[in-house]
Amino acid sequence: MAQRGILAYGAYLPFNRLDRKSISATLGQGGGKGTRTVASYDEDTTSLGVEAARRALRALPAGAPPPTALYFATGDPAYLEKSNAATIHAALCLDPSVVAYDFGGGVRSGVGALRAALERAEPTLVVLSDVRTGLPGGGDEAGGGDAAVAFVTAGAGLPGGEGVSPRMIVAELVAAAGATTELLDRWRIPGEPNVRQWEERFGEAILVEPAQAALTDALKQAGVQPGDVKAAAVSGTSPRAAKKVAGALAGAGATVADDLSGTVGFTGTAHGGLLLAAALDAASAGDTIVSLSLADGADALVLRATEALAAARPSPSVSAQIAAGGSPLPYPTFLTWRGMLRREPPRRPDPVRPTAPASHRGEAWKYAFSASRCQACGRRHLPPQRVCLECHAVDQMELERLADVPGTIATYTLDRLAYSLNPPVVVAVVDFDGGGRFQCELTDVDPSTVAIGQRVEMTFRRLFTAEGVHNYFWKAKPIPSASEV
Amino acid sequence: MASNGIRDKVAIVGMGCTAFGEHWDKSVDDLLVEAVKEASATSGIPLADVDAFWLGTLASGLSGLTLSRPLKLDYKPVTRVENFCATGSESFRNACYAVASGAYDMVMATGVEKLKDSGYSGLVVNMDGGDGTTAAMTAPAMFSLLAPAYAKKYGVDDAELKDVMARIAWKNHYNGARNPRAQFRKEVSKETICASPLVAGPLGIFDCSGVSDGAAAAIIVRAEDAHRYTDKPIYVKGLAFAAGPAEGPMSPEYDYTTFTEVVRSAQDAYAQAGITNPRAELAMAEVHDCFTPTELVLMEDLGFAERGFAWKEVLAGTYDLDGELAVNPDGGLKSFGHPIGASGLRMLFEAWLQLRREAPPERAIKSVSEGGRKLALTHNLGGAPGECVSFVSIVGSEPTE
Repeated sequence: MAQRGILAYGAYLPFNRLDRKSISATLGQGGGKGTRTVASYDEDTTSLGVEAARRALRALPAGAPPPTALYFATGDPAYLEKSNAATIHAALCLDPSVVAYDFGGGVRSGVGALRAALERAEPTLVVLSDVRTGLPGGGDEAGGGDAAVAFVTAGAGLPGGEGVSPRMIVAELVAAAGATTELLDRWRIPGEPNVRQWEERFGEAILVEPAQAALTDALKQAGVQPGDVKAAAVSGTSPRAAKKVAGALAGAGATVADDLSGTVGFTGTAHGGLLLAAALDAASAGDTIVSLSLADGADALVLRATEALAAARPSPSVSAQIAAGGSPLPYPTFLTWRGMLRREPPRRPDPVRPTAPASHRGEAWKYAFSASRCQACGRRHLPPQRVCLECHAVDQMELERLADVPGTIATYTLDRLAYSLNPPVVVAVVDFDGGGRFQCELTDVDPSTVAIGQRVEMTFRRLFTAEGVHNYFWKAKPIPSASEV
Repeated sequence: MASNGIRDKVAIVGMGCTAFGEHWDKSVDDLLVEAVKEASATSGIPLADVDAFWLGTLASGLSGLTLSRPLKLDYKPVTRVENFCATGSESFRNACYAVASGAYDMVMATGVEKLKDSGYSGLVVNMDGGDGTTAAMTAPAMFSLLAPAYAKKYGVDDAELKDVMARIAWKNHYNGARNPRAQFRKEVSKETICASPLVAGPLGIFDCSGVSDGAAAAIIVRAEDAHRYTDKPIYVKGLAFAAGPAEGPMSPEYDYTTFTEVVRSAQDAYAQAGITNPRAELAMAEVHDCFTPTELVLMEDLGFAERGFAWKEVLAGTYDLDGELAVNPDGGLKSFGHPIGASGLRMLFEAWLQLRREAPPERAIKSVSEGGRKLALTHNLGGAPGECVSFVSIVGSEPTE
């Protein structure tokens, strides 16, 4: 029997948090209760997307065919004209035959990319990512959050879904429906950091109707009563409208899931997917999950968790990541990272932009973090070399991806002179398990805790942007001890 | 296999060295003219008698025209060389070989650097951005990697290590205070050194060499001709240079407590010069103290201390001006300053002064005047721990019998 659904998923919440109270403490207004997630100074929607996609791909069941397409949706693209999906493709070391497409602009493109992926039988990696910024003291700044989420979708028993077994599906798509409304409630001019909006009550009033229409349609197709819904994940660009619809669902007997507004914030393009991931983290086999996203209309998905889910959950879970956030960022640091507070630069030259041809030649290294291993003696080299350090064999190398290989700090320093948005720059010499050494920056780390012997793992980051060129590469970050995650 | 060496084949007969410092009022041309003028005037050798020239500079000028234009040289060969912070030594080394080969009777090695026009603090080198995957570390950060590794390996705690580093900076400031050409001519207390703002790892401002402008020059002739120009020539006993596979940042076997390049170049230089016990045979050493942990590790790499014991020797004053082996009697990079292309020649300038007994009495080394030692070592490196180039020279005031 034909079945469409999700084979694997993974979510990525950045390490940093902003305590909303710190906004009002500084500005005397705005803020509110709870926290929001904050992409680090070295993260953007592309790098967040890579991290989420790595987790989803790691959770892919053994024997599942690899994705043939990558869909990337974000409301805050790092580049226009040039594809950001291609950067994610390179960082994941996907086969060149895998096509990579960008969806973007509107918040709705997130759920749109997911629905488009679910309509394909071929395995599809769909990545939703967003970084939400608003003007200081505004509602978007406090209420927004940064996150990425990724799904691998496929259809079993359908043309194109060869190799996909129904047993691999962790959540089956039961029904989907949508409604579209032309609505000027929130909009952003390209290049501007902040959204402009009409009176909030306007969006609230207009969005409820399409949301209910899409929901009713999807539930009817699925033959499901609201009372059967074990997790209704409702969110949208109008929090008031989402709350109203969620309230009605709860009144009809559905269990409404936490919308994560108190801990993560509304993560825009990623949010519907993030709530779905959180629901899957908690679901039991047979549970019915409804995802309802309100933006320029609404999209409703009805999914059912399968027996395969329990064994295929990614690590860490959404709730574990919420719990593992770093100590709250000082609000001025947040403003600096977001470009809202112009600070005196160090008396050092600006970083030099990487050259495009060198980046292209070094794609396997720069984006995929592939080392080379000497086939004559086994010595591993980072970056890849042609001549072996050990046995001097020439051109006997094979590429070997080390992005998922942990390492240990051999020595380190805190560079207080080097240019950074988050000084001091922490640099460590990392010895990788199984051989090889590389000297790189550490991130998501309290500098006072760095030590020789500390265990680290690699993470894809945007090192800096110079002359309009984003310099993507890998950094190391501490592996949290078991008690922390 | 190893070097044949040119022991006693060539000699230095004239030298010049500008004061190092923030020369807001002097250009690259001015600095070169000054250093060359001094070498020529003090030796009485007219520039027209010099057959060929070498110019070392990291980034203060391209091509031999950087030297020939300000000095109005008469269509002579000028070779411009660069080898990181060992650039000045590289200029000297190649000039010596040109005389030893018989190609020229008299040559001049020069080096210059103008760092203070950049407008930035610290050393700034503009490089192509490449693929953007090299960690953007400043020089103090690269050398600070030595500190925790050394401390951990030899069981030195953080406070002791800070004391050792401060002792090195204190000594070099003490020596520099007795050198009118030095950039920093003031003694600095260990308390002030320890309390200076941190730059990288445990390194404070006072653990770093001075960023400065300067130039130096040396005139080199065949050893048999040397007495025509001076009663006190300084003979070249050994010249060694090592550039390796830069394996430190790539090889887990490297432990950041040594410079393999220094060990290799020192072995080569000692063999050329016939030195078996450098600590007992040398009168003095000028070493590349770009940062205090560098000098610490060099003491072991150059054979001045047993492995793991240099920190104790430093605290015991072994390398003080009146110690068993004076290291950096002119103040070193720390106090004299470090105009890249000039530094290697500046080190030789101190060996020239000390071995000829021309150093001011307040910093004259007793092992020369009273101990009768006649050999000096200069050591110059460029790059970073695990991936550097290293130069070692041995020079002496008498030909080997």
